[in-house]
Amino acid sequence: MEITAFTASQLLELLSNKKISPKELLSAYLKHIENINRKTNIFIHIDPEELIKTSKNIDTEKTLLKGLPIAIKDNICVKNQLTTCGSHILKGFKPPYNATVIDKLQQQGAIIMGKVNMDEFAFGSSCESSYYGPTRNPWNTECAPGGSSGGSAAAVAAGIAPWSLGSDTGGSIRQPASLCGVAGLKPTYGRISRYGLIAFASSLDQIGPLTRDVRDSALLMNIISGYDSKDSTSANMPVPNYLNCLNQDIKGIKIAIPREYFISGTDEDVKAGVLKAIDVLKKLGAQLEEISLPHTEYAVAAYYIIAPSEASSNLARFDGVQYGLRETARTSDAENPLIEMYSKTRANGFGIEAKRRIILGTYALSSGYYDAYYLKALKVRTKIAEDFKTAFKKFDCILTPTSPTGAFKLGEKLNDPLAMYLSDIFTISANLAGIPALSVPCGFTKENLPVGLQLMARPFEEETLLKIAYAYEQSTEWHKKMPEL
Amino acid sequence: MMTYETVIGLEVHVQLNTQTKAFCSCKAEFGQPANTQTCPVCLGLPGTLPVLNKQYLSYAACVALALDCKVASLIKFDRKNYFYPDLPKNYQISQYDKPLAANGFILIKTPEIPQKKIRILRVHMEEDAGKLIHTANSSLVDYNRAGVPLLEIVSEPDLNSAEEAYEYLKQIKSILEYLEVSDCDMEKGSLRCDANISLRPKGQTKLGTKTELKNMNSFKGVRNALNHEIIRQEKLLKEGKTIAQETRLWDESKQKTSTMRTKEEAHDYRYFPEPDLVPFIIDEQTINSIKAALPELPYAKMPRLIRQYGLSEYDAGVISSDKHLALYFETAAKNYPNPKAICNWLTGDILNYLNSNNIELEELTKILAPENLISMLQLIDNNTISGKIAKEILSEMLATGENANEIVKKKNLSQISDSALLEKIIAEVINEQTKVVEEVKSGKDKALMFLVGQVMKKTKGKANPQIVNSFIKEKLKIN
Repeated sequence: MEITAFTASQLLELLSNKKISPKELLSAYLKHIENINRKTNIFIHIDPEELIKTSKNIDTEKTLLKGLPIAIKDNICVKNQLTTCGSHILKGFKPPYNATVIDKLQQQGAIIMGKVNMDEFAFGSSCESSYYGPTRNPWNTECAPGGSSGGSAAAVAAGIAPWSLGSDTGGSIRQPASLCGVAGLKPTYGRISRYGLIAFASSLDQIGPLTRDVRDSALLMNIISGYDSKDSTSANMPVPNYLNCLNQDIKGIKIAIPREYFISGTDEDVKAGVLKAIDVLKKLGAQLEEISLPHTEYAVAAYYIIAPSEASSNLARFDGVQYGLRETARTSDAENPLIEMYSKTRANGFGIEAKRRIILGTYALSSGYYDAYYLKALKVRTKIAEDFKTAFKKFDCILTPTSPTGAFKLGEKLNDPLAMYLSDIFTISANLAGIPALSVPCGFTKENLPVGLQLMARPFEEETLLKIAYAYEQSTEWHKKMPEL
Repeated sequence: MMTYETVIGLEVHVQLNTQTKAFCSCKAEFGQPANTQTCPVCLGLPGTLPVLNKQYLSYAACVALALDCKVASLIKFDRKNYFYPDLPKNYQISQYDKPLAANGFILIKTPEIPQKKIRILRVHMEEDAGKLIHTANSSLVDYNRAGVPLLEIVSEPDLNSAEEAYEYLKQIKSILEYLEVSDCDMEKGSLRCDANISLRPKGQTKLGTKTELKNMNSFKGVRNALNHEIIRQEKLLKEGKTIAQETRLWDESKQKTSTMRTKEEAHDYRYFPEPDLVPFIIDEQTINSIKAALPELPYAKMPRLIRQYGLSEYDAGVISSDKHLALYFETAAKNYPNPKAICNWLTGDILNYLNSNNIELEELTKILAPENLISMLQLIDNNTISGKIAKEILSEMLATGENANEIVKKKNLSQISDSALLEKIIAEVINEQTKVVEEVKSGKDKALMFLVGQVMKKTKGKANPQIVNSFIKEKLKIN
């Protein structure tokens, strides 16, 4: 077996037993990246020479990760390394600080491999809106890997990184995990510090792991979770050892199946995959029951008010003044050189989807429209959270498909933003409610493209998700399949 | 002839002198080299997040309570969105629909009005922006000020003249200084004031169209700008013209206002809740403990000074208007039995000296320690010096920092206590002024005063006029 097909936990064992050195492991990955990245465009910022240097100086004794490499989504700040959010406007931007998750990873001896591709500013579900060009799905390079953490999912699926970090605002970890056949967890809002995550929608964003299997997700959660005084929205609550829950019995666990998530328009192969998964869970002793989450149909609409509103404000700082791209005004004939500098920089720096969302959000927040749009959307958000609260009084977990379809062709939805937005129809609600949600592979379509199963749980009960997903994974083989590239 | 009533509301921005900025741990000191007090958070670099400075909240609550406001139990921040290069994030963290505090008041008085209540509409927290520095062909940004904690104090439109606005500002400043939460220096920009002003026919309840005045750099500037605007608006109204709702800039050098932007050009700030700061509840206990720790404020101190030291209302007003002056007075009064004398010297010669030399009251103890002033007063009391000589000595003390005894010794200023010498001088004067002596004998008081004056002149003021008076009377055998 190729070393790059190992899970992070397996590699960690090799590192612990000194069967392999951090440098040897990294070199194997670099070689693989060289081969695969040409076909897939996954890594967009990587410095092999610097990485090799780093790998020689890892403390393999006192750290937990002992030189294990990790791929990072391009919207998470790594000190003195390019961090561009897949956008031209952050051209050349190297933050003088680490995101808190990067600090935690480096303290535990992880090697930050570099930056993987994403939809520009995480705006998208296909990884096509990146300034650096689309990433291709390792299962079929004609297809999109999903998004926005398409690079993070594809890197793990293709085996060019043992695991990766993504971010999830409306499904950006889970949907690409589903489309690339890997595990992806969006933790509870506040479980992981957002410090150093370049904000898309601050009240929805959350960093999370994309891994080859559920155990790896639990392991990575152990490293990156916890309160951070630099993030006022992070929760000051104890963090469990997520590995401890994995082997727990799921007999008698109550799982709800919301009928609103089994709608027409969902791919038959996706439905079939999820129904088979339900059978597996029943056999494991779980109690499954159909329920209703009545406000589900309003989730996408509310999300596309709240998320762009916050984004329009968060992205205002990209103005050419301090960092990143700056277009110059033709001062001689410019009536207002400042305004001209702003407009040219933003016109050339942002892609079309970023512009669309900035305009959408600016409109929704404008005086006279605020009550009808933003405030209304916040009310819907509360209703959706209440739906979940009610359901979780009786059930431990909610099960749905992650995405209504398998991977779609590159370009297929690029000019149809509404079709693209509906790709997140099953994942958005968890962000609006702030609850944890996870996607695990549960089958393949006729086109041999992965299908994902989504599990959602009460706030801060990631353990429920991990133990159900782990039990399911132990009874199936989906997670062991790898694409041929 | 139609007469108009002026209606003014003031928005005061105060920089709070917390150790660190509002949402990061940068120092918030004034006058440091450009961009030396910055970090990724106050520079608004992508991925960074604000964390509320607790001292900021407690300072802000202090001010709100001192202004008799009701402090909100829920603390919530909003984003005010607008593009400007001095604003690193292109939005300002502020408070919109749920201000820190509301419904307060302060009392002011002017020569025309003995006491008037000015209501405070709201007090809210917001971060300051950086500063643009324009050169011939470029503009530079200094972000040292970006993220410095501000407090905005908004009055109700209860002020009816420029003089009232001026008194309101003085009162606000005095309270802030008592609380020690701000430098209150308009020139440094640590206190800024915008004014909303409109006129309406006397007796009308509906407000007229207002203009907003900006760019005043001193309290006097505010007063002048308002007076100018009153005349401008009144002239327009009398000509039957309408007032345009707009923002006008005060030009200090030209002493006039001009249009900055019209209503149509007004910003839409697209306020929405700041998602990076979680709203939180402050419990009543915290509020109560802040309230209990408030120092005595000028409006409470004034009646106490009258009660405790027997000062006149005017004197108590002057002394209590400034924290440093009040502290000085009370320190001196502790060790000297005649507080009225201290007050007279303080509000007279000493304040005059400080004003004409542009010295802050804060500096007074350094140049004239209270015990030094007391020792001078004691020299008067034991007849070592006269009141007139004391004035001379005091200005020397203020200028050099020397103490009264040294100056008296050095300049040989102590009163002539040698009665033989004094008698000799008196005899001289009587010989020289035979005509006046006759007048004195015939009972003319004025003539006696003249003789005393002559003796004082010969002694260069070092004689005690009362003693001279009785010596002359004795010599001329009159009662």
